[in-house]
Amino acid sequence: MLKTVLKRILQCIPTLFIVMTFTFILTRMIPGNPAATILGPQASAADIAAMEVKLGLDLPKWQQYINYIVDVLQLDFGTSYMYNQPVLDLIAERIPNTLQISLVALVVALILGVGAGMFSALHQYSVLDYVLMILALVGVSIPIFWLGLMLVNVFSVELGWLPPLGRGSLENGLWDVVSHMILPCACLCTIPMATFARITRSSMLEVIHNDSIKALRARGISETSVIWKHALKNALPPIVTVLGLQIASCFTGAILTETIFSWPGMGTMIVNAITNRDYMLIQGVVLFFALVFVLVNLLVDMIYMLINPRVSYEGGDKK
Amino acid sequence: MMENKEPVTAGGDALGMQYSEELLKRERKANSAWNKLRRNKTAMVGLFIVSLMIFIAVFAPLLTPFDHAKINPAEAFMAPGEGGHIFGTDHVGRDLLTRVFYGARVSLIVAFGGTVVAGCLGVILGLVAGFFGGVVDSVIMRIMDGMLAFPFILLAIILMTVLGDGIFNVILAIGIGNVPSFARVVRGEVHIIKNEEYCNAARVIGVSNVRMLFTHILPNTISPLIVYATLGIAGAIISEAALSFLGLGISEPTASWGSILQTGKNWMDGSPHIATLSGAFILVTVLGFNLLGDGIRDVLDPKMKK
Repeated sequence: MLKTVLKRILQCIPTLFIVMTFTFILTRMIPGNPAATILGPQASAADIAAMEVKLGLDLPKWQQYINYIVDVLQLDFGTSYMYNQPVLDLIAERIPNTLQISLVALVVALILGVGAGMFSALHQYSVLDYVLMILALVGVSIPIFWLGLMLVNVFSVELGWLPPLGRGSLENGLWDVVSHMILPCACLCTIPMATFARITRSSMLEVIHNDSIKALRARGISETSVIWKHALKNALPPIVTVLGLQIASCFTGAILTETIFSWPGMGTMIVNAITNRDYMLIQGVVLFFALVFVLVNLLVDMIYMLINPRVSYEGGDKK
Repeated sequence: MMENKEPVTAGGDALGMQYSEELLKRERKANSAWNKLRRNKTAMVGLFIVSLMIFIAVFAPLLTPFDHAKINPAEAFMAPGEGGHIFGTDHVGRDLLTRVFYGARVSLIVAFGGTVVAGCLGVILGLVAGFFGGVVDSVIMRIMDGMLAFPFILLAIILMTVLGDGIFNVILAIGIGNVPSFARVVRGEVHIIKNEEYCNAARVIGVSNVRMLFTHILPNTISPLIVYATLGIAGAIISEAALSFLGLGISEPTASWGSILQTGKNWMDGSPHIATLSGAFILVTVLGFNLLGDGIRDVLDPKMKK
């Protein structure tokens, strides 16, 4: 087990390295000169050249690349051109905001989604099962930025119940914070919730028709225990896999959701960084997203091994 | 009695044979993929939606009397139903229904195109990685992992900033972004298929690698690929809309569902119908492709049923 875990951790390194290389190549391909962007249209050629030297952009590309990799290995992620602050500080400043909505969204999605899926599986072919599954299908098909617009239109513009954008602050009371979170969270949790509902239903259905569950029932074990203790445990592995995927895509979803609701998180920051050709910030944020993705996958694999001992990564197919 | 019985039995056997052959034929017909799909009601709803959208896209100019590009400020911001405009008009007075119909063309072309690009590249990489294994496999799959770790929308945003907007570039960006998932699916399949009996048999009689890949392995990866591609088109429609929504995909005056939605976003206050209706088309179409994809999966591979 330990050997497998170590092997998986080692496998993450080339992945991150490739992400860094991709980001470096892609950012340098973005048309426009960051030095000129920083100084604005009035800057003279000499100023721009001086700025390039300051930012290290006058060096040949391969040297910039090596510098970047060496810096990252020393945990120095550079300084943002736009904010003139270390990239790590900027990420540390923004990440709580993104986590604030994405974690809440994920937890809500997990509870409601798995709940709905369980209900559907236990009441297969009932009216509510159909209703829930149609809703889940709509949920996975909905463009969340459109959903965001519609929610704002109904709840902010028409009804005036909730603020359309911004983050709110604790100084105005708890409700200010909560009310600002409701719409972005609703937007962000739609897809994971629908996905959880679908996967839970199918996984549960597979499990409850198993002989082992029939045997438990035959032994007179209470229905609650059969469902919540035995069936759910066996239905968990696919749900965990989906959970891992959804954590990763929640960050991606945050990019769109934050743009709609002007939420000051990682998503709005990276979109700004791209439009402003802030190489260091783009590289830093992308690497951060990739790191989260890789770590979550690693965690999921480990949980998978724990809850499903039949899975062995030793001789099996490498993922 | 004996004399009577014999011909009867013989006749009965012949009849029985004929009958069972008839049955077999009927069963074979009933179990053909198409007929199975036809019995799947939700898949049929999906197929209907998808066909309808393709029909709209192909025959857009014949379906509405309005010009999709003609600006007419006098008729701007008409609500649905006003002045003969079923869906109303947009901010410069173009008929919204016409825009949405023409948008179907661009959105579907981008979605199909992106999926084809992703499919072709992904299939080749997946085939090579799965078939040759070893170092080749490791290198290809690590690169694919790297791309997967890159959040898709970010990759697409950066690619669009590099390439500039336009239909072809959106196809390319969506295509490239989806390569890794196709490569993974195909690689997984190849891993299973290449050790099947018939592949070993082919190897024994000295079939070349290329022939092996394209005549023995590729055809057997088709069913998961069809499923994956159908669901991929749904995702690509959303991706196009997302990119256009961020102002990086297809922009005015070209109509795509995403670009109409992007325009509509700015007029949510007075004319929410622009964004509402274009987004509703996206939702329904994506739903259609998802239903169809789920249905095809159930038919082609009962083991994959979800």
